[in-house]
Amino acid sequence: MKIKEIVDTLEATVYYGEELMDVDIHSACASDMMSDVLAFVKDQALLISGLCNPQVVRTADMMDIRCIALVRGKQPTDDMLAIARQKEIAIISSDYRMYTACGLLYARGLQPGDSKV
Amino acid sequence: MSGLHLEFDVAGNNFVSAGSASDEVKKTLKMLGVDPVAVRKVAIAMYEGEINMVIHAGGGKASVDIDTDKVKIVLADEGPGIPDIALAMKDGYSTAPDAIRDLGFGAGMGLPNMKKYTDEMKIDSTVGVGTTVTMVVNLR
Repeated sequence: MKIKEIVDTLEATVYYGEELMDVDIHSACASDMMSDVLAFVKDQALLISGLCNPQVVRTADMMDIRCIALVRGKQPTDDMLAIARQKEIAIISSDYRMYTACGLLYARGLQPGDSKV
Repeated sequence: MSGLHLEFDVAGNNFVSAGSASDEVKKTLKMLGVDPVAVRKVAIAMYEGEINMVIHAGGGKASVDIDTDKVKIVLADEGPGIPDIALAMKDGYSTAPDAIRDLGFGAGMGLPNMKKYTDEMKIDSTVGVGTTVTMVVNLR
């Protein structure tokens, strides 16, 4: 699934990454705890989170994640956008809550990387 | 690529810049053509350690030695120290305040994550003096 399809599915606003819309995303994870992402995620490409601070982008970068989808209408801070531009990580925001956002993407065929610990 | 030595000052209580040292190391390893899996292991372990120094110790110093067969990371702080290292290593144990949890950390997974992603890890800590964490990731 391309980032553009994720944007369409989540009816999201693109805050950074218009030029990354054709990047292919093969899997996703969702968490508000960054240590969870660092502990359990493997080869993910999309991070879905309701957390909104620069460490979300740093964590994504450490994990080679290409796109962050903020949920619950959260808007990225300037600090987040600055790091995202530097690292070329798309940041989008959706008004959907996390459970719904995950469900919509799952139904469209976007797979989790690991379903169990 | 051998014998490359990097040093960083990790600023305390600066949540915005936290992770920038790990970022530099990750970039350097990628540039050197190190295996991506090993790069990620080093990046995650050092990043968790860097966050710990920012949260718990008011910052510190990070030094990294990159050799052909391994990457050695030493994180040294002059923070409060860890009274019970075995307890601190347990999954889910944390002394981080709620404010840190609100930022997405402090779930008691930092030290276990560091151990998980490294081949060797040693913690030397004295209460009231500081903590030094030494980690090694093998490259072959």
